[in-house]
Amino acid sequence: MIRVLTGNHSVAYAALLSNVEVISAYPITPQTQIVEKLAEFVETGQLKAKYVRVESEHSAMAVCIGASSAGARTFTATSSHGLLYMSEMVYWASAARLPIVMPVVCRTLGPPWNIWNEHTDFLLVRDYGWVQFFAESNQELLDTVVQAYRIAEDERVLLPVMVGLDAFTLSHISEPVDVPEMDLVKKFLPPRSNIPYVLDPSKPFTFGNLAYPSHHMALKFMHHTSMENVIKVVSEVDNEWNKIFGRSYGILDKFMFDDARVVILTIGSSAGDAKEAAKYLRKRGVDAGVLRLRLTNPFPAKEISNILSNVEAVAVVDRNLSPGNGGIILEKVRSSLYSSKNRPFIKGYLAGLGGKDITVKDYVKIFEKTLESYKKGDSGTEWFNLNLEVTNL
Amino acid sequence: MNIKDLDREEYILSGNSSCPGCPASLGFRLIGKAVGKNAIIVIPASCMTIIQGAYPNTALILPTLNIAFAASAAAASGISAALEIRGKNYPVIVYAGDGGTADIGLQALSGAAERNENITYICYDNEAYQNTGIQRSSATPYGAWTTTTLKGKQERKKDVPKIMASHNIPYVATASVAYPTDFIEKVKKAIKIKGFKYIHLHAPCPTGWRFPSEKTIEVGRLAVQTGVWILYEIENGILKLTGPSKNLLEKSARKPVREYLRAQGRFQYLSDEIVKNFCDDIEEKWNEIGMILNLQNHLSTT
Repeated sequence: MIRVLTGNHSVAYAALLSNVEVISAYPITPQTQIVEKLAEFVETGQLKAKYVRVESEHSAMAVCIGASSAGARTFTATSSHGLLYMSEMVYWASAARLPIVMPVVCRTLGPPWNIWNEHTDFLLVRDYGWVQFFAESNQELLDTVVQAYRIAEDERVLLPVMVGLDAFTLSHISEPVDVPEMDLVKKFLPPRSNIPYVLDPSKPFTFGNLAYPSHHMALKFMHHTSMENVIKVVSEVDNEWNKIFGRSYGILDKFMFDDARVVILTIGSSAGDAKEAAKYLRKRGVDAGVLRLRLTNPFPAKEISNILSNVEAVAVVDRNLSPGNGGIILEKVRSSLYSSKNRPFIKGYLAGLGGKDITVKDYVKIFEKTLESYKKGDSGTEWFNLNLEVTNL
Repeated sequence: MNIKDLDREEYILSGNSSCPGCPASLGFRLIGKAVGKNAIIVIPASCMTIIQGAYPNTALILPTLNIAFAASAAAASGISAALEIRGKNYPVIVYAGDGGTADIGLQALSGAAERNENITYICYDNEAYQNTGIQRSSATPYGAWTTTTLKGKQERKKDVPKIMASHNIPYVATASVAYPTDFIEKVKKAIKIKGFKYIHLHAPCPTGWRFPSEKTIEVGRLAVQTGVWILYEIENGILKLTGPSKNLLEKSARKPVREYLRAQGRFQYLSDEIVKNFCDDIEEKWNEIGMILNLQNHLSTT
């Protein structure tokens, strides 16, 4: 059924379709509509779930960990400071190998306070051992959240999954979304099984007690290798989704890519504007294309390295900052290509921090600047549309 | 209840890694005897983390979830929610130290109590961060030496049971490892009540309090007999003294507080002034309880 849904409501419908059993969340702008809609689903009986309205994000994730350890399919959502506040439990969830799914509405971190879009929150927890997706559209968001449970609960993975979406530009923007039939989703996503262990007095286990270094290292190796299974499992799940629902997203989203000479690589809804810019430039004889990362962790290094070998110049647009280091995605792209024989020219752009717009015109400019820099061999990172005069009081 | 009628099964194995005379492992042993095998345990960072032993072994017979320091009440809420949605009904019991309860875990504890989650939260109060090496917590008593209060703690002990009673939960109790039947009866009662139950278990720690390891029960009894630790329960808002504390409302019935202080190295060098302040605090607590009991009597007769 086609419904006109905001990004946040698409997420809530995905949780409804996934028949989550325990929801726990703490409100934070701009995630609030997710938790409000889910409260409505639960209180009107549309969703048979326990909704634990906690006093903090730290507790929200702790509730999910407890519920998931007891075998329930669990859901939470957060953003920005909420993600950082719960971060101890975020790490705990993946180290405990619990298939929790958590959309993160990506928002700037303060101070100064700022509620608009930035991806630093999401990328700061890259090394926390979660599978991470980033969506471009509301349809992709709904589909990815449902797929996330299949991936998280797959025996080859057994890890939590985070789905990133842009604050406001996706969370609060309405789009027509095809909400699949519950019966079809049930076939795609059966109830969670008790594999491998759950808290159960008839089969008692102690979870998470002290482990000596060699056990710890072996467990970390298993976590790492499960991460390496993710790309295969994501592709399988996406193919199956395509067979049932006729939509597929893959690991990487390639736009006008195959014959492109210059490519913008980015994540999130802003890729739509980059695509418009590529279309515009194609009409003017520039072989422009876009590569959007849908799966951001584990980083699809091999896939990126393979497909970028025929491209001449790549512009990595980071809406995030590691102060002193620059763009987090740029670093990963560069290291992915290190052992490749045909490395393209790569230029980094730090853009849109604190929710600053990156328009179609801006992306046209980024394409053009990248080609210019390519000719000059200037591969340094550029702070795009930086205006320092605003700080003069 | 008689001690010889207790469940003969053990739910914590002997030979675990607790210190000699440990009140935390004793407290857990008594909980096992109160609840039997059909319960789920949640343990935050604490002495109990060590006492369980290391993977792939465990000293605990009951299914146990270890969780981060601040998170036990929330994790237990999650387990309780999962059990409810799946139509199962086992007691979910948090067993946390005073640091994990009175300090870092207080927010999650208060949240779970306010939501009236169907869990039983038991704090074993050894009155400092004993596991990390006897650092003061907000539950360390006034005057006590710890490794971070070398001249004795300047502040008073945080009254967590009173805080919990302010949440208007169905059941709050204090207990002591030195009075096992009183404690077991309270645990048995708590797990039958639906909603949030809180039991604060006084747990004299030989390692941290500086007394010989065979004296745990003796020190625990002295705490109650001198009136320093008061045994009571608050069921649906009604306060009742229990065990030996029932007969200690009159100051003359209590042993001198100095006997309790003298038994422990941590109170070795208290000045007369500090001892007086310490005793005044105890008096104040008893006066408060006396007033509540009088008020309750008055209300029930009118």
